[in-house]
Amino acid sequence: MQVQHATEHAHPQLGFWRKYVFSTDHKVIGLQYMITAMAMAVVGGLLSMLMRLQLAWPAHAWPTLGKIFPVAFAGNIMEPGFYVSLVTMHGTIMVFFLFTAVLTGAFGNFLIPLQIGARDMAFPFLNALSYWVFLLSCIVILSALFVAGGAPLGGWTAYAPLSALGEASGPGEGAGMSLWIAALALFTVSGLMGGLNYITTILTMRTKGLSMMRLPLTQWSLLITAVLGLLAFPVLLAAAILLLFDRAGGTSFFIPSGIIMNNRLLGNSGGHPLLWQHLFWFFGHPEVYIVILPAMGMASDILSTFCRKPIFSYKMMVYSMVSIAGLSFIVWGHHMFVSGMSPFLGSVFTMTTLVIAVPSAVKTFNWLGTVWGARIRFTSAALFSIGFISVFVSGGLSGIFLGSSAADIYLQDTYFVVAHFHLVMAIAPLFAAFAGIYYWYPKMFGRFLNETLGKLHFWGSLIGVYAVFFPMHVLGITGHMRRIYDPLFYDFLKPDQAMNVFVSVSAFALATVQLVFLANFFISIFAGKRVTENNPWHATTLEWETPCPTGHGNFGDELPVVHRWAFDYSVPGAKNDFVPQTVPPGGEKL
Amino acid sequence: MPVLTEDKVSGGIGVPPRWNAPPGGGGGGGGEPDSSFPISSKQIATWLLMTGIAMLFAGLTSAYIVLRGVPTWESLQLPPLVWVNTLFLIASSLTLELARRSVKTDRMAALRLCLGITAILGIAFVSGQIMLWRQMTSSGLLLASTLHSSFFYVLSGIHAVHILGGLIGLATVSVKAWSGRLSSISFEPLRLCATYWHFMGGVWLYLILLLVFA
Amino acid sequence: MADGNGPGRITIAGLAFAFMMLVLIVVSLWLFIAKPWWFPELASVRGGDIDSVFTAVLIVTGIAFVGVQGVLGYFVARYGTRGTERAGYWHDNPKAEAGLLIGTAVIMTVLVFMGQRVWSDIYFTEAPAGSLEVQATGQQFQWYFHYAGPDGVFGRTDAKLMTESNPLGVDKTDPASKDDIQSPEMHAVVDKPVKVRLRSKDVIHSFFVPRMRYKQDAVPGMSILVWLTPTKTGKFEIACAELCGAQHYRMRAFLFVEKTEQDLNNWLKQQLAEQSGD
Repeated sequence: MQVQHATEHAHPQLGFWRKYVFSTDHKVIGLQYMITAMAMAVVGGLLSMLMRLQLAWPAHAWPTLGKIFPVAFAGNIMEPGFYVSLVTMHGTIMVFFLFTAVLTGAFGNFLIPLQIGARDMAFPFLNALSYWVFLLSCIVILSALFVAGGAPLGGWTAYAPLSALGEASGPGEGAGMSLWIAALALFTVSGLMGGLNYITTILTMRTKGLSMMRLPLTQWSLLITAVLGLLAFPVLLAAAILLLFDRAGGTSFFIPSGIIMNNRLLGNSGGHPLLWQHLFWFFGHPEVYIVILPAMGMASDILSTFCRKPIFSYKMMVYSMVSIAGLSFIVWGHHMFVSGMSPFLGSVFTMTTLVIAVPSAVKTFNWLGTVWGARIRFTSAALFSIGFISVFVSGGLSGIFLGSSAADIYLQDTYFVVAHFHLVMAIAPLFAAFAGIYYWYPKMFGRFLNETLGKLHFWGSLIGVYAVFFPMHVLGITGHMRRIYDPLFYDFLKPDQAMNVFVSVSAFALATVQLVFLANFFISIFAGKRVTENNPWHATTLEWETPCPTGHGNFGDELPVVHRWAFDYSVPGAKNDFVPQTVPPGGEKL
Repeated sequence: MPVLTEDKVSGGIGVPPRWNAPPGGGGGGGGEPDSSFPISSKQIATWLLMTGIAMLFAGLTSAYIVLRGVPTWESLQLPPLVWVNTLFLIASSLTLELARRSVKTDRMAALRLCLGITAILGIAFVSGQIMLWRQMTSSGLLLASTLHSSFFYVLSGIHAVHILGGLIGLATVSVKAWSGRLSSISFEPLRLCATYWHFMGGVWLYLILLLVFA
Repeated sequence: MADGNGPGRITIAGLAFAFMMLVLIVVSLWLFIAKPWWFPELASVRGGDIDSVFTAVLIVTGIAFVGVQGVLGYFVARYGTRGTERAGYWHDNPKAEAGLLIGTAVIMTVLVFMGQRVWSDIYFTEAPAGSLEVQATGQQFQWYFHYAGPDGVFGRTDAKLMTESNPLGVDKTDPASKDDIQSPEMHAVVDKPVKVRLRSKDVIHSFFVPRMRYKQDAVPGMSILVWLTPTKTGKFEIACAELCGAQHYRMRAFLFVEKTEQDLNNWLKQQLAEQSGD
């Protein structure tokens, strides 16, 4: 990666390690997060391929896999315990180590100082530290796959008492589960350090003229997300600490009396399994918004750029993100409708959950309002931001079924839920992340990603994600449960098997298409078309004032001064069809 | 007609912005503010940190409140040492306040004395807690004995870890005090350390009242 | 059009995307109207109410889905550009926004009320007096059903008495337990309400009878009561719907709905005879 020095520095020249590895430059740290998250995505994706293999052809013999994983594939057939640990690790890795890391960690770090006109974060050393703790947490979670007993098998949700009873409750619940807890604790610490930085930086280091209501939506989303993370992640840490004590200290926070495990009556008393669920989902629901909000912010900005049209109703976009964040703290019980929680609470949470649908609907109308009357330039980034809208709407609407407590009685723990959360929490953020990568790659590396391959990536992915996840709604309607190693064990699921095969084959195709993206990403660093101007997309935000790639210190001798909002596209009477934020009033005519 | 949103400078109070700052000036995160936002970045970071810690204890104590209602709850009797430790912690906040007042009036000797006493009181608190846990285990009140004892160990343990963090901060400030880098016009590290320390003292009062009386 | 009014250029990418949206709409309409795969055949009273809630939400979300995906596809096809043409600059319409917001809120409110009626029927109404009562206990990886027998009183159970041969820990010295039976099968009578008290011995399980639309988690330390009324005779699969360990997928049981009470009592007598004979 070539780093051009745009200014003269008082710094001494840094060596290779200080410049590219242990750097405190937010751009390097952002890229470190991105590459690490991509690696975790590959691992998480491979795990899901193994899951789909099993679901399509249950109890099939796979001699090659039996050679590579002799314990997991005893007799060349996948062990049921291994299947459930795949489910657990796939979910854990994707939610935390891919999505939270790439959207908040990678894009947050890379973009915040650039888009607010600052030279770096408020606390660059803390920023670097947050990455290294994150990397450590990745190593710890991956090690859970290799310890004796294997990875934990409680799902990424780790419900107690299954997660609290230790090895007795199943393979992987020994060292594997403890490593899982340790990895999440480290991830929480890393996230806290990052969040501190983001909030402080956005509040205190905006350049002159950049009032809050002139910020790009990307910045609003990152700020709100950081606040959400600060309030929600410590509660996960609290739950994890209590869980660790239940496992290792003999306490009974989540373990009631009367538990029989392996025909032995355990001595615990006083704890309550639902307490884990309440604590976990109090964190867990804000977490899903931590994933989707930056995606919404980025997709909105990129959409506006390539529509050559201001985002529709910027103010409402900001207010809706704020209200989604606030409401996200009072809906967690919709994960617990059939959990044994008081039915009265079930009624309350249905109400709050359907209320939170309203701001999301507002955002959807605004995206449509942006495309209406636009002049769309169909770059790969543009296509992914448009695809984001479609996928988010699909996933969001299925949430209304699940938020209605009566319907959820049937749909809970079925593939209907799996369809919903994949579309809205995995695919939509993924599309936004792809849009972001195609869009900001020139800024990161000074080269373009290959557009032909990018379009291939988009069309293949759009078809692929719908082929994989849309049928899952129907599977759920037929009653197909989640986390089931062998659906054919049930007579009522036998008619579903053709759909399971279809989904699996589509998943393999979808994964193959992603290889195109990976190849494009890494090859274009060295062989991509070089960027010859600062602002190849003719966008308005501050990062496009800097060279491609941006050098250390970001801006030249003087920091930019902002005179307008981030959405002056197609301004009537202006000379160009875009007016950067730094152009003073009247300057757009020149 | 182009529609411009309001042309307001962000924040806009107090320190004039250094828009022609030399490169690298914004990256050091040094004590001086280089934006016109009225609160310093380090102060904001301290408050955010405290918010996160508050949420951690909120999660833990909400678990306590939920399980407090179980019919099989057995309340434990805490050894009186816990109140001695509490007094140490309260006293340390007072001495830290005295330290802050000393530096505001440039009384450096008093500053160093008060910082030293605060550190001693802080260490006394942590050692006292360790002694307390030992007293409890030797009298049969173990981690897993009852829910109440479990919560006591976990809450006081996590609190003590955060006090240790505060002691590290105190040590950093003390180094600055001893090397003459604090003065009545520049004492932000002390102010932030004091904020954190008082906060953790407040958390302890909250915890002990919850554990003993609730 | 160079001035931002009216349609843009139609592009291949735009048309392709619109086509995708069309395919999506057609396929989803087929899946949800022709219903090639759908809910298993309904066999309970409450289940019908749950299906109604689902249908109501389906109609609302279906209209929204077709509307939004369709409009998105149409706009993307219509408003392309191949050069540097300008779009419209307009970006606010408070009235439309308020209207859409309020409209969405009203629709959500209506859905809440519709669903609430069903929810409270299920959870806030008591089973008729004299209903058959079954205690269902989950363990890794098996369901057991406990019937009180003719005396209508459940024998005392105690976790300390649980063994492999006495999985529910029935106290054999309790006279009420003499006519109790425990079975891995659940039996009920058609058109007669049955109360199910859910328990768990170890981890959280979930009692799921798809054809009855019935699902409830079984939580250790809790005893959760729900009731249902089967409307068809036959043999119905019961699945565990909460991940409970490596063999979670095997935790299946069967619900047999008998035609008459006499049939049920015959089965109970038969089980009692077999268990006493042990």
